[in-house]
Amino acid sequence: MDKILISPSPHNLGKDSVKRLMYGVIIALIPAFGFSVYFYGIGALAVTLTAVLSSLCFEFLIAKFILKQKPTITDGSAIITGLLLAFNVPSNLPLWIVIIGALVAIGVAKMTFGGLGNNPFNPALVGRVFLLISFPVQMTSWPLPCSSRLTNWITARAENLDAFSGATPLAIVKEGLAKGDSMTSLMDSMPSHMEMFYGMMGGSLGEISAIALIVGGIYMIYRRIITWHIPVSTILTVFIFTGILWLINPEQNADPIFHILTGGVMLGAIFMATDYVTSPMSYKGMIIFGIGIGILTVLIRVWGAYPEGVSFAILIMNAFVPLINKYLKPKRFGEVKKK
Amino acid sequence: MPKTFPKGGVHPPENKLTATHKIEVLPSPKIAYIPIIQHIGAPSTVIVKKGEDVKVGQIIAKSSGFVSANIHASVSGKILKIDETLDTSGYKRMAVHIEVAGDEWMPEIDNSTTLIKDINISAEEIISKVAQAGIVGLGGATFPSHVKLSVPKGKKCEYFIINGVECEPYLTSDHRLMLEKSEEIMVGIQIIMKALNVSKAIIGIENNKPDAIEKMTQLANSYPGVTVEALKVQYPQGGEKQLIKAVINREVPSGGLPIDVGCVVHNVGTIIAIYEAVQKNKPLFQSVVTVTGKSVKKPSNFLVRVGTPIRDLIEAAGGLPEDTGKIINGGPMMGKAVYSLDVPVAKGTSAVLILPQDEVKRRPMSSCIRCAKCVSACPMGLEPYLLMVAAEMENWERTEAENVMDCIECGSCSYTCPADRPLLDYIRLGKSTVSKIIRARKN
Repeated sequence: MDKILISPSPHNLGKDSVKRLMYGVIIALIPAFGFSVYFYGIGALAVTLTAVLSSLCFEFLIAKFILKQKPTITDGSAIITGLLLAFNVPSNLPLWIVIIGALVAIGVAKMTFGGLGNNPFNPALVGRVFLLISFPVQMTSWPLPCSSRLTNWITARAENLDAFSGATPLAIVKEGLAKGDSMTSLMDSMPSHMEMFYGMMGGSLGEISAIALIVGGIYMIYRRIITWHIPVSTILTVFIFTGILWLINPEQNADPIFHILTGGVMLGAIFMATDYVTSPMSYKGMIIFGIGIGILTVLIRVWGAYPEGVSFAILIMNAFVPLINKYLKPKRFGEVKKK
Repeated sequence: MPKTFPKGGVHPPENKLTATHKIEVLPSPKIAYIPIIQHIGAPSTVIVKKGEDVKVGQIIAKSSGFVSANIHASVSGKILKIDETLDTSGYKRMAVHIEVAGDEWMPEIDNSTTLIKDINISAEEIISKVAQAGIVGLGGATFPSHVKLSVPKGKKCEYFIINGVECEPYLTSDHRLMLEKSEEIMVGIQIIMKALNVSKAIIGIENNKPDAIEKMTQLANSYPGVTVEALKVQYPQGGEKQLIKAVINREVPSGGLPIDVGCVVHNVGTIIAIYEAVQKNKPLFQSVVTVTGKSVKKPSNFLVRVGTPIRDLIEAAGGLPEDTGKIINGGPMMGKAVYSLDVPVAKGTSAVLILPQDEVKRRPMSSCIRCAKCVSACPMGLEPYLLMVAAEMENWERTEAENVMDCIECGSCSYTCPADRPLLDYIRLGKSTVSKIIRARKN
């Protein structure tokens, strides 16, 4: 016996670590990434790799030379930021724009506030919104589905996607309605709900396949990386809100299933809104946060200027998190009501 | 679905290595060091002198108030001196040192194993016998038991809840007692029910002790009013407030006591001590101690005389392993690390746990990632991350406003934190500072 340790209890500590949680999220993103490469080919791969590598690079450089901290790139959080940034942009985005996005995400949204744990806004979304505002053309021209395929057999499979020639279903609906087209005729030109569920439609590279994202979400809930509160409350709110609008006027409003399968609802609800750092601490708070995201998303989609509103909705709700944490505290055991 | 408490909690690896090991009697030490404070409350007053001869069970220090407890000699022999000795919390405390000679018991003590079922005394006499015998809560808090048996005026006790949960990993002393002293526990329950004037008693036992659940359920059939509740394994279910919530779904109000919701809770070890005091005139001077750890050669459950240095217990369990990193008095979640093998066993000692070096190193902490795992793990519905920040910034007003005093120090937050932040360390600091502030305010 050389030395015995003295420290206060507890003496055994759990096996969870930040690294284990972060790599769990990365594993959960793999199915969506796979679908993305399958549908968009080499472009998706190039954008994703660029985003991840530049995020790691920027975090390392800023931590080492500006903040003079011990670089923390091995914790996996920069990889997640890179992945999520890539998932939120078109797969044919010029790579130099991707690098700018990574710089804004890591440099401005994350490291300015002191790195992991201190940023008020979701870094990947800040990067994405920065790009959307700065490069509106590149950020909203989606790839022609067959142009960048890896192999011919995928090309053959994807021919029925040609009809889109670039626009997302939500954009088609928005423009169509503005022109005076009826919802029924617009819907006829779309892939079926089942096809959308698998991801056969235009969109940002990681947001298209609902099934892949849901599989990732279930994996994270099973591994206790996230809880169900935020994803379920967000998706359910979008579903109920758009459902009400659809019941009131089905000719002007798309059906609720269309709404939850398109745009970034799945990606946002499962992977972006659940970001630990920028989401509330109590279950009550998480549910309110999710409902807020759902309502804002629908408001932007239906009445706003953009066809898609998840990114903005999450960023706006991020700003409310300190307030939510202050007023929606967990219920205390044996709480005595003040008279 | 087995019942449990609904809020928070964690499930650490159980590691009940000694669950099947019978309780063995450990011989008396050469010298017993009996601390004169082994309970919560006022230290007892020593009434013996150096050089005096004492017998087993003889009172050597008298209770010095309502919340205090008598202390008895656990061995017979000559008093060497009354001097400072390390106690389990690492402080030096006064202790009576007795050089052991023979094993002569006080004549009134019935040292046989015969079960005496008939209870022939009144509630008042029971309480006074429990006070005489110096019995304290053996579940960890060591609160004098006679205080808990005296229901304050204006309150009514509806349920007597028996704590057989033993939710701390590694510990098996209560488990073994439920198997080996089942009848004594049942009679003890009847005694306490009489003292409290209650008709319902519920024994809470976690599902990882199926043999104890079976045995107690079987026996409960022949004791009216007693039932057994099998509970889902969940730490810290052995906490009084969590157990009451799990068993009868009542919440002890913040700052309140179990009696505020019509309950009194006693641990199975305490119940046996009460049985022995009332039926056998035997004061509390022994303790069942689990000596355990993955590297310990012979992990065991011992019946030990109070005052035996833990060195003797470790020797009897095969000696101190080579890779020892930490020696803990108690379990891994709430026990106290000790730095000397001279620390004597006290009434409330339930385990000596030896953890190997590779399990005890704290990992360096990283930034809080606000994952909210500590918030979901807190059984009291507090926000540990926030309490830690408040205590770190020495913002005691905020620490108090965030209800630091509700913390039961179970350690679920620190256990669950993926960033390895020492949440409970700071919360304890906050708690002790805030309680000083509250006391100063009252005066």
